[in-house]
Amino acid sequence: MPSAVKAVKPPVDSDAPPAPAAVLALPLKRPPLAERLALIISEAARRAVPPVVMLAVLIALWELLCSQAGSRLPPPSKVLADTWDFIVDPFYDNGGIDKGAFWHIANSLGRVAIGFALAAVAGIALGVLVGQSTWAMRGLDPIFQVLRTIPPLAWLPLSLAGFRDAQPSAIFVIFITSIWPVIINTSVGVRNIPQDYRNVAAVIRLSWYEFFWKITLPATVPYIFTGLRIGVGLSWLAIVAAEMLIGGVGIGFFIWDAWNSSRISDIIVALVYIGLVGFLLDRLIAALGHVISHGTSAS
Amino acid sequence: MNRSTYLSFEQVGMSFRRGARVTEVLRDVDLKIGEGEFVSIIGHSGCGKSTLLNIVGGLLKSTTGEVFLEGRVVDEPGPDRAIVFQNHSLLPWLTVYGNVRIAVDKVFRRTKSAAARHDWVMHKLELVQMAQHRDKRPHEISGGMKQRVGIARALAMQPKVLLMDEPFGALDALTRAHLQDSVMDIHARLGNTVMMITHDVDEAVLLSDRIVMMTNGPSATIGEVLTVGLPRPRRRLELATDVEYTRCRAAVIEFLYARHKMPARAA
Ligand SMILES: Nc1ncnc2c1ncn2[C@@H]1O[C@H](COP(=O)(O)OP(=O)(O)O)[C@@H](O)[C@H]1O
Ligand SMILES: [Mg+2]
Repeated sequence: MPSAVKAVKPPVDSDAPPAPAAVLALPLKRPPLAERLALIISEAARRAVPPVVMLAVLIALWELLCSQAGSRLPPPSKVLADTWDFIVDPFYDNGGIDKGAFWHIANSLGRVAIGFALAAVAGIALGVLVGQSTWAMRGLDPIFQVLRTIPPLAWLPLSLAGFRDAQPSAIFVIFITSIWPVIINTSVGVRNIPQDYRNVAAVIRLSWYEFFWKITLPATVPYIFTGLRIGVGLSWLAIVAAEMLIGGVGIGFFIWDAWNSSRISDIIVALVYIGLVGFLLDRLIAALGHVISHGTSAS
Repeated sequence: MNRSTYLSFEQVGMSFRRGARVTEVLRDVDLKIGEGEFVSIIGHSGCGKSTLLNIVGGLLKSTTGEVFLEGRVVDEPGPDRAIVFQNHSLLPWLTVYGNVRIAVDKVFRRTKSAAARHDWVMHKLELVQMAQHRDKRPHEISGGMKQRVGIARALAMQPKVLLMDEPFGALDALTRAHLQDSVMDIHARLGNTVMMITHDVDEAVLLSDRIVMMTNGPSATIGEVLTVGLPRPRRRLELATDVEYTRCRAAVIEFLYARHKMPARAA
């Protein structure tokens, strides 16, 4: 489990008075604007160029490998040609499941949002409870560790049996997939609240209620967000698989449908979209954690 | 200065039990501290100084004996015995201001208005020269500054006794000297009763009215109490050649390094 807390290096102590001015004053001129601009651009280029170059190389390789006669997968040029209409108009809606990419992704994200929000709330609450007690922690941790390894899809038949409806079943699968890392990380965070903070709280006599809001939650935020990040990644993994089985509008079933009608190019575009959305979700949660924890959470 | 007993230790003893093994850390600690007095506890590392301070702070319960503050038994932590911790113990998600404010809000919830609490916090931050850094977070300030905030937070509780556990132990010599001067200045102005733990002989002599020297553990107790007869205000520079200063220093060193030498051990 990745630890959420970055080791914060103690800052160099600079409380001492400045040494007498034996050093000559340095000229305090800022570099001219053009020079600074050039610096910024060259820095941006240094970061952006490697991924662009690597992407170009990989696509060229793909083009090379798949454009030979008898290739079973389309080269990128053909993918682009096949799916151009689909890419440029993500908002069309011809009824049924014949919709643009936007609608599929939005539907999938909607399911993830509900399932993941439930998992976040329940996971944090349970994590705090479990973390309060060494006994509960010892008793429940092995159970959680086993449950969290169950693949998302393995829950699906069970939840279909329970809910008898596709939509809540998919949401339940998201929930049950993403809740474990949230519980586990939150409870570890609560366990790891430094004794120092407890001492401070004891001296100023915080009630348990104040302790929860003023110490437990803020101290645990970095851990919670580590759990949430893992959780959101898992739920995005799970939704695609679950949608393949339950059908309806959604990026998962879109892929399944494309496969059934042999639209391989559509599948490839959908994969790219899924990857990008998953990446954005991860960044979003990380950024949220960074803001909420005032920069003490890893991003 | 009122020298009648304010804080008193009576036959305080402390044993830690780990499984079947019981270690007696403190035995028969008897001490009386007057109101407004500045008392240092000095002793080799591991002898039980922190344990003693935590008993006064209410964070630990003594196994035998009692500590009394103004005649009342001390049995739980509270803001009347504010602690300055060695590792500053600031809450990293709060600003400098917020770290002091959380204590003030709690302690003076009923007795001060929000505006008065704000002024109170700012006043304490000014006292430790941290007012201009009020919006910084702990990771943005130096170790010495953190310790200043820790002191401000403790002072802000308007404690009857200020407890300091090696407050400057982790600081470099220059920063430490600065903070010692600040503490002396604050003590002169507010007249707090202070119990400070230290292992620095010069610090003890410079700051204290009395120095309590502890024997080595296990079963550590008070070996000797030295009264420092130096008039206040004290100035570091003038003291270097002062006869009384030199005598006190020599007495503490003699106690620590000749009569109660630290037992050899892996350190
Ligand atoms: N909670 C505890 N359980 C067991 N032993 C402890 C505990 N706290 C302190 N001790 C022991 O008590 C002795 C004194 O510790 P401490 O008061 O921290 O010493 P000092 O502050 O003088 O360096 C040490 O030997 C330490 O190992
Ligand atoms: Mg100690």
